[in-house]
Amino acid sequence: MSEHIVSIKLYYAIWTALLLLTGITAGVAFIDLGPFNTVVALVIATLKAVLVLLFFMHLKYASEKMTSVVVISAIFWLLLLLALSLADYSTRPLGVS
Amino acid sequence: MSDSPAIVESHNPAQQHHFADMEQQRQAASLGMWLFLATEVMFFGGMFCAYLIYRYWYYPEFAAGSKTLDIWLGAINTGVLICSSLTVALSVRAAQFGKRKLLVTLLVATILLGLVFLGIKGVEWASKFEEHHVPGYSFHFEPQAHSHSNAEIDPQRIQIFFSLYFAMTGIHALHMVIGVGLFAVLTFYAWKGRYGAAYYTPIENAGLYWHFVDIIWIYLFPLLYLIDRKK
Repeated sequence: MSEHIVSIKLYYAIWTALLLLTGITAGVAFIDLGPFNTVVALVIATLKAVLVLLFFMHLKYASEKMTSVVVISAIFWLLLLLALSLADYSTRPLGVS
Repeated sequence: MSDSPAIVESHNPAQQHHFADMEQQRQAASLGMWLFLATEVMFFGGMFCAYLIYRYWYYPEFAAGSKTLDIWLGAINTGVLICSSLTVALSVRAAQFGKRKLLVTLLVATILLGLVFLGIKGVEWASKFEEHHVPGYSFHFEPQAHSHSNAEIDPQRIQIFFSLYFAMTGIHALHMVIGVGLFAVLTFYAWKGRYGAAYYTPIENAGLYWHFVDIIWIYLFPLLYLIDRKK
């Protein structure tokens, strides 16, 4: 079997980290950080998503290089969609559709 | 000549004839699942893009709408989904070791956690109906007097926040319902002993789907519930 078997300890560690990060993101939301509230919330969410991807979804141990290509492409397409749309809407006068 | 040990050894009943061996079959199925998830990223991406644009335009209304959501129910639901992701990850491991009873137990635990998530979500939706926060003719929003006194809040724009809230959490919940159905079928076959160390691809791929739905919620929670909580 080329498929990697992850140890139970690591699964519990990731699980604990994910629960802690959920608590932190809910708590930090009540602290006034100005515009950085959104930044912190998105950084924590991305950190959690990366933990799930790498360990729960076994991306870190994937033997097939194509899997990484698919994941990177999906993220690239998403960023392309969001970035180009915002480049349009954020340079229009406010409220003009 | 037909009892050549190499042939007898390599033939697993789950192997399709067009694959050279089980490993190739597993890799092909895995790649196909990841490709499907890439299309799901694009599917949800459209809604995230709409959310981004309207949040940029109507920030005060999005903040006011977000404050009416129950942050604790949202946080608890995030925890429930994370626990269900753990049970799924452990169930793949149980299948890899061929532990049938543990596998069935973990799959049932996943289904139960998924149903708890949907139940809490249902409670949240019901309260939105009671508060007339569902977009439509009966929509009504009473701006809180003490907050955002300087910013004009347009109820029409808050409807857009709630439309996106219901669309995004609704499509997410639909994915959860499909996931629970998938795991119900897998539990049946796992009970009958179909999965073991040599063949557990369906468990693995359903797990990938479940983790993906978890990741979507990981983003939905801060984007919908935590927009402007600071006092």
